[in-house]
Amino acid sequence: MSTAEQLRHPIESGVPDPFPFMHPVLKKNYGAWVWHDRPRPGVLRHVAKNGDEVWTVRAGTQRQMDVFTIRTLCDIADRFAEGYVRFTTRSSIEFMVSAADKVAPLVEALTAAGFPVGGTGNSVTMISHTQGWLHCDIPGTDASGVVKSMMDMLHAEFVAEEMPNRVHITTSCCQINCGGQGDISINVQYTKPPKINHDLVAKVCERPAVVARCPVAAIRPAMVDGKPSLEVDEQKCVCCGACYPPCPPMQINGADSTKIAVWVGGKHSNARSKPAFHKLVVANLPNNPPRWPEVAEVVRTILATYKANAKDYERIGEWIERIGWPRFFELTGFAFTRHHLDTWTGARKTMNMSAHVRF
Amino acid sequence: MSQDKTGSDRAHGKGSAAAGQHPTPLLDQLESGPWPSFVTGLKRLRDAPDKPYAPMMNDLLGQLEHSYTERLGFWKGGTVSVFGYGGGVIPRFSEVADRFPASKEFHTLRIQPPAGYHYTTDLLRQLCDIWERYGSGLVALHGQSGDIMFQGCSTENVQKAFDEFNAIGFDLGGAGPALRTSMSCVGHARCEMSCYDEVKAHRRVINEFLDEMHRPALPYKFKFKFSGCANDCVNAIHRSDFAVIGTWRDDMKVDQAEVKAYVAKVGRKYAIDHVIAMCPTRALSLNDDDTLDVDNRSCVRCMHCLNVMPKALSPGDVRGASILMGGKRALKIGDLMGTMIVPFFKLETDEDFERLVEFARRVIDFFAENALEHERIGETMDRIGLPAFLEAIGIDPDPNMVNHPRTSCYVRTDDFTDEAAKFFERKAREAGLDVAAD
Repeated sequence: MSTAEQLRHPIESGVPDPFPFMHPVLKKNYGAWVWHDRPRPGVLRHVAKNGDEVWTVRAGTQRQMDVFTIRTLCDIADRFAEGYVRFTTRSSIEFMVSAADKVAPLVEALTAAGFPVGGTGNSVTMISHTQGWLHCDIPGTDASGVVKSMMDMLHAEFVAEEMPNRVHITTSCCQINCGGQGDISINVQYTKPPKINHDLVAKVCERPAVVARCPVAAIRPAMVDGKPSLEVDEQKCVCCGACYPPCPPMQINGADSTKIAVWVGGKHSNARSKPAFHKLVVANLPNNPPRWPEVAEVVRTILATYKANAKDYERIGEWIERIGWPRFFELTGFAFTRHHLDTWTGARKTMNMSAHVRF
Repeated sequence: MSQDKTGSDRAHGKGSAAAGQHPTPLLDQLESGPWPSFVTGLKRLRDAPDKPYAPMMNDLLGQLEHSYTERLGFWKGGTVSVFGYGGGVIPRFSEVADRFPASKEFHTLRIQPPAGYHYTTDLLRQLCDIWERYGSGLVALHGQSGDIMFQGCSTENVQKAFDEFNAIGFDLGGAGPALRTSMSCVGHARCEMSCYDEVKAHRRVINEFLDEMHRPALPYKFKFKFSGCANDCVNAIHRSDFAVIGTWRDDMKVDQAEVKAYVAKVGRKYAIDHVIAMCPTRALSLNDDDTLDVDNRSCVRCMHCLNVMPKALSPGDVRGASILMGGKRALKIGDLMGTMIVPFFKLETDEDFERLVEFARRVIDFFAENALEHERIGETMDRIGLPAFLEAIGIDPDPNMVNHPRTSCYVRTDDFTDEAAKFFERKAREAGLDVAAD
């Protein structure tokens, strides 16, 4: 290991050019596609201006993949497809083939190797996946385990297209919410103010930065046992955990105080209704590894109610918009509490400022 | 490199851990069920014969089981980087290294993938081979940041792994207060809804500002995301500071024969209930002969009818993008969706893409100089107000930016007449340009 090697200057090449890795039919018809359909769940057929066709087979993965799994997928792509793959935003893998007769053997090979084919159209597609206990420095729960548990339950809905519209589920292991907005969002909700290790605060944390980080101005500098530290006004604290990343001695997580909340009606697409944030349904569910059964039951209830009641093309939020929140809580059997009433900036805009009422 | 697969084929006996293996009774429960199991994958790495990472993955499994038992995480951050860069590596040091020493350092390299996530199997195998030499063998395809996440590297090996990835054309992504790795949808490569060349926009913009990515010096993170249409498959509006969303300005294209074929297939009532009645601006009407009447001036390009009838309906010919800014998640003022800032940015010629880069530069410069520490641009916009923000980035007010004009009367309007004159001047100039173009 020479010094010269250690000082190798990086080549600042940035975003790699995808064209050398793009399926030849995709490359040839770049910007020249005219329509598509879905011959079966998990399979897309795209048709180009010149009549060229390409079939895409989509399969679910565990996202956190060992190299052996990736090589297995490569072996399948080389043997049953044409050596070109891509990944979706939600970590599904797609195999492109230029002939219809390659689709069935490819589907069969993927299924036999344990990769479910689906996730297209009005299915429950792969959960948007974060890091959790496997790798994050601030997680309240795991991500991979939650995703695995939920997708085991939802496998039948992934490989079919039987929902009123697509269902995007997200998970997040803290309230920063890396998972984003979802038709159903399974998110950590802290329930206790941070526990402060006053021996470490002055050594580890830049105190003014931590004070500035608090969204409700509940943190102030303080001397505790003769040491410079921070204190939290627990009456004001909303238990958001924002102080924890910049100041790890302000531990927000607790084995019993870190809970799970389930939210619904988030949407990124602009189709029909505008993009929307998800809304609280149930809080205070236990953080219960390895299978989170209480969370799974809530998700199952919401999905079953949506599937039975929504019209085609209505996303979960749009369905609730039509039937109204009273009917949603009635149909699902969940409680509506004072915690469902927003108290944050702009809260009045979430209230019903009219005489419109449903019974 | 060996591509020995015996590890993947080995049966993982539950409760019969080999000597030195941490028992994982809770994680073992995540090996059953129809969805691919990450636990089984982690065990393949632990059990891979003669691989340098096998002991690391044994301890990693031990620590993860410990988390499942204690319901707490045990990683802390730190500082690890590669020569010449200040970001792109996510350092992880174990807080329970005394019990799980082999995974005491488990850093992630964020590597930028090819735009649109295209890979050949050869490329994936090359990446796997490098990662087996220096890392854990664990890869996330892909992180919520848009990166390939090579998870699990010792401090010593970070530079070595990066050098090899870098040598085959891959570069580190963003982390910390910096320009972040971007994402673009499949777009032009395989989608008829795509309204601009996403690969070109993604690479032109990001590769222009790599210094901001590799040497973090911004007030906070800054994200671009590129979606080819309003279906927004990369979630740009909420999850980026600068969202480029494909759209068109002329009339959508209608193939009336295909409309009739669709109505014949699904039935008139179904077509009315699910296409016509679901148009958010009542811009559609079904004619008596089952052809479609489109009020293009009322259409908001939401994509619903195009999604339902892709064979019959397509985007128009005058294509480009809308630019929305200021999306972010809760920290610290609450969730924000991106706000419409540029209703139509033509994106066809090389000059158009150059203008996009220049506009992005103006916005990044403004952000760098004016945002407070740890403030996303959406928060800056709220703090200073949209009028001041628009003036700073050189954009004129446009009614497409609002749901409706202000309802609060607390505003000083003594220069209203001058502002109105500017509006009429602008309109006259635009009309003049349109005439010249005709």
